[in-house]
Amino acid sequence: MHMSDGLVNAPTSLLFGAVALVWLVLAALRARADLDDRTAPMAGLVTAFVFAVQMINFPILPGASGHLLGGALVAILVGPWVGTLCIAIVLVVQALLFADGGLTALGTNITNMALIGVVVGYAVAVALRPLARRGKGGLAATAFVAAFLNTVVAALGFVVEYAIGGSGGASLGTVFGLMVGLHALIGIGEGVITAATVTAVAAVRPDLVHLLRGAKTPLLRRAAGTAP
Amino acid sequence: MTRGRTLGFLLGFLAVALLVAGGFSYLASPDPDGLDTVALQGCQVTETDAGEQLAGTCIAQNATNHALSSSPLADYTVGGGAGTTGLAGILGVIVTLLLAGGLFWVLRRRGVAPTDDGRG
Repeated sequence: MHMSDGLVNAPTSLLFGAVALVWLVLAALRARADLDDRTAPMAGLVTAFVFAVQMINFPILPGASGHLLGGALVAILVGPWVGTLCIAIVLVVQALLFADGGLTALGTNITNMALIGVVVGYAVAVALRPLARRGKGGLAATAFVAAFLNTVVAALGFVVEYAIGGSGGASLGTVFGLMVGLHALIGIGEGVITAATVTAVAAVRPDLVHLLRGAKTPLLRRAAGTAP
Repeated sequence: MTRGRTLGFLLGFLAVALLVAGGFSYLASPDPDGLDTVALQGCQVTETDAGEQLAGTCIAQNATNHALSSSPLADYTVGGGAGTTGLAGILGVIVTLLLAGGLFWVLRRRGVAPTDDGRG
C-alpha cells in the first residue's frame, strides 16, 4: 500500500508530512513507558518481522496482490506507541534503501499505515480485549478482526488524501470503491497472518504480548505453570 | 532462567524473519498490490525497452520516478541482479533490526525492573 511520489500534490504531501511528524514525536515520547530491557529487543524484532512479511505479496485476484500492513500486529504485540515507531521505521527503510514508497510520499504512507493502521488496529483490539483474554481462539479472533479493519481503514486514508489533493486520473468514487473492495480482500490475508503470528507468540511467551499484559488469562496462567 | 528463555525466543523470532525475507520472498506475487491496482485502473501497461509504458488515463501516470531508484538495493535486489531478492531481504531485516532495536534500546527506561507478571 506504498504510495509513489506524485500521486498527490505538494501541499497535500506537506500537510500529511506534518501530521506524520507530530504523530511520530508523540509516539516517541509515549513509547518510553512501554520499553524496558525485555520489551525493547522484542520491539526491534517485531519491526524486522514486519519488514520481512511485507515482502510477501499474496494474490487476492487475478493480476492483483496485497501484503501485510502490520498495524494491528504491532499494536497487539508491543502497544500502539512503540508499534507506530515499528511501522514508521519499516516505511523509512523501504523508502530510503529499497526505493519502495516515495520520499515525498513518506508523510502520507506513515499516516496511512503507522497512524491510521496502528490506531484502528489497537482500538479494535482493546475493544475486544475481554474476548482476547479468554484463550487462544479469542485472541485469534480479536487479532483477525483488528487486522481486517486496520487494512480497510488505512485504505480509506489514501482515499481522503486523494480527495484533498489527488493528481487526478480516476474519479473519487472509483478510487473509493476499488480501494475498499480490494483492501477488504487484502484484510482477510492481513487477519490470517496477524492471528497466526500473535497466537504463536502467545503460545510460548504470552507475557510478551502487550494486549495481554496484566491480564488474568488462561494463556498466561498456563505459561506460568510450565515455566521452569 | 528466564533470561535464557527470552534470548532463545528472540533468536527464534529472528530466524523466522530471516527465513521469510530470505526464502519465502521468492514466492511473493509479482502483481501490483491493492493501491497500485487502483492507481493503474484505466491504463494498459506495455513493456518496452524504455521500461513500462502506460496507455490510457490513470492515477499512476502522475507517479514520478523514485529519486533513489538506482540505489544498490532498489526494488529488493542487490545491484539489480536477478535472483538476489532473498539476499536483499536478509540485509533489510538486519538493517531494520539494528535501527529499530537501537532506537528502542536508547528510548527504554533504565534501572526499572521489567514490567511483567512477576516472572521477570
